[in-house]
Amino acid sequence: MTSPGGPGRILALLREFYEAPHRGALARARQEEEDLFMLLVFSELMGVPNPAAYYTLELLPLIIEDFHAWHQRMGMERSPLDHIRCC
Amino acid sequence: MNALILVVLGLGGFTLGYLFYSRFISQRIFQLDPGFNTPAHAQEDGVDFVPTNRWVLWGHHFTSVAGAAPIVGPAIAVIWGWLPAFLWVVFGTVFFAGVHDAGALWASVRNRGTSIGSLTESVVGRRARSLFMIVIFLLLLMVNAVFAIIIARLFVDFPSSVIPAWFVIAVALAIGWLLYRRGVGLLWPSVIGVLLLYGSMVVGNWVPLSLPGPIAGLDVPAQWVLILFAYATVASLLPVWMLLQPRDYINGLQLFIGLGIFFIAVLLAAPSVVAPAINPAVPAGTPPLIPLLFVTIACGAISGFHGLVSSGTTSKQLDRETDVRFVGFLGATGEGALALAAIIACTAGFATLGDWQSFYTSFASGGLGAFVQGGGTIIAAGLRIPQAFGETLLAVMAVLFAATTMDTGVRLQRYIIQEWGSVYGIERLTGRYLTTAIAVISCLALAFGAGGGTGTGGLLIWPLFGTTNQLLAGLTLLVLSVFLMKLGRPSRYTLVPFAFLLTMATLALLVQLRGFWEREQYFLFGLDLLILIATIWVVLESFGAIQRTRREMAERS
Repeated sequence: MTSPGGPGRILALLREFYEAPHRGALARARQEEEDLFMLLVFSELMGVPNPAAYYTLELLPLIIEDFHAWHQRMGMERSPLDHIRCC
Repeated sequence: MNALILVVLGLGGFTLGYLFYSRFISQRIFQLDPGFNTPAHAQEDGVDFVPTNRWVLWGHHFTSVAGAAPIVGPAIAVIWGWLPAFLWVVFGTVFFAGVHDAGALWASVRNRGTSIGSLTESVVGRRARSLFMIVIFLLLLMVNAVFAIIIARLFVDFPSSVIPAWFVIAVALAIGWLLYRRGVGLLWPSVIGVLLLYGSMVVGNWVPLSLPGPIAGLDVPAQWVLILFAYATVASLLPVWMLLQPRDYINGLQLFIGLGIFFIAVLLAAPSVVAPAINPAVPAGTPPLIPLLFVTIACGAISGFHGLVSSGTTSKQLDRETDVRFVGFLGATGEGALALAAIIACTAGFATLGDWQSFYTSFASGGLGAFVQGGGTIIAAGLRIPQAFGETLLAVMAVLFAATTMDTGVRLQRYIIQEWGSVYGIERLTGRYLTTAIAVISCLALAFGAGGGTGTGGLLIWPLFGTTNQLLAGLTLLVLSVFLMKLGRPSRYTLVPFAFLLTMATLALLVQLRGFWEREQYFLFGLDLLILIATIWVVLESFGAIQRTRREMAERS
């Protein structure tokens, strides 16, 4: 709702009308997808054979920052991996 | 009498209610504070908690609470004449629904945006919370079953609505895809989508579709019920952005356009109300006005469902606490206006009293059919369009309302079963497929148990649905009263509606219990008994909670 007024503002309100009721549900769905993705990337480290491990290894530096939040969301209070000690 | 008088009196009553009563409640009882840090600000997360413009928020709130229910209820209830329905809608909206909706919103805002369900636990107790979940589940079960039967009946009675009702799904899918996958702006998809929807109504008028006939012993309405539940199953499992979100949106636009068209048509046509103020000759088998009126019209006068919306999503987005009045009270008023439209359509949309009487031949014969036919006549006269097109317009509007509610209803039922699964540690009940299957099968059992095969059963359980809805409203008012008592403020403005609702709900259940027994409808008898037990439980729980709070307050002072 940054537009100063006129049609821009009406469009922004319309957009808000479209998005707001489902923002939560969509964010949760996105989160679920990301959680699954995390699991795939870390699968080899947790002992699940992953044929794409060679490629997912490259992704590690990109998602390592979310690792702590992820394992906590998955119900593991401490890091499940011996060599990644985030907490 | 001219229907314009009803419009003026009704809308005038709502306006006075908003100007005076809602001001009194907001300032004196809720004591809304413009400086209060609302959860939308205090817990802002960009997802659930987002401060939202009050007009937009009102728009969501209104479109989430308005549906087919405020149309069906009044459309059945005018069988006792227009006056009782009119009075209950006007006074109910101001003194019951307004306080209830705004109250749920306010209580939630004051408790970090928690839902009424969780508030029940913290304010009243754990047992009340379980009761709350059971009542909600029953309510959803009935909503889905009743709406499926109602849509099936509309498809049979108004075959011109079949094409537009299904076509809108394609429009919604296209809008969802354009916005989410293609990043297109909202303006053109909205304009074109609405135009396509109205265009499809013209096509529907040219090409009315009907199912061929009974297959394997299943009547046509029963086949539609099955098709609708198959659809609802798929729809409730699809990602939200794909169907539910754009469908909700089109529905919202359609609601505003439809209401606008209807009230303009009433102004232009100025039809006469042909139905009697109080019907001296109600058809045989019609249940007594008191208490049934107060459960037949639930949405449109007061409905517990609104409290769920108020405290579930709206409270997390409230920018300032003083917006409670605007969003909560005006949300209820919007719903009242829809109920008013239904009353006018069903009493002024017929040429003569004889026509009206020949439509209302039994308690279950009114409903959406009367709204579509009567409203279609008024729109046709006011806007000078063919009567058939006017009927298609309203039939599609009603179908879309009901169908969107079904999509959401099945989804919510699944969430509740999943919650039970995780609370009781039943692994199998935490997935989405088995839980959806349980939800849909229980709805189907109810739909067919209530006579879904004939297409009339839905209206028999309508008052039961209303009663459950009132029960939920009663629970919310109880929580609100206890909360007010704990704050040391007057609780009579919520306790009086609460006592009235529970009395009427109990009486209505007893009247119907006897009716079901006499007509040997044992399935409905069992259902009625179940709701009666829940009601008695609510009453006992309430007495306990109120006594406890009184004692606590006495000890404190």
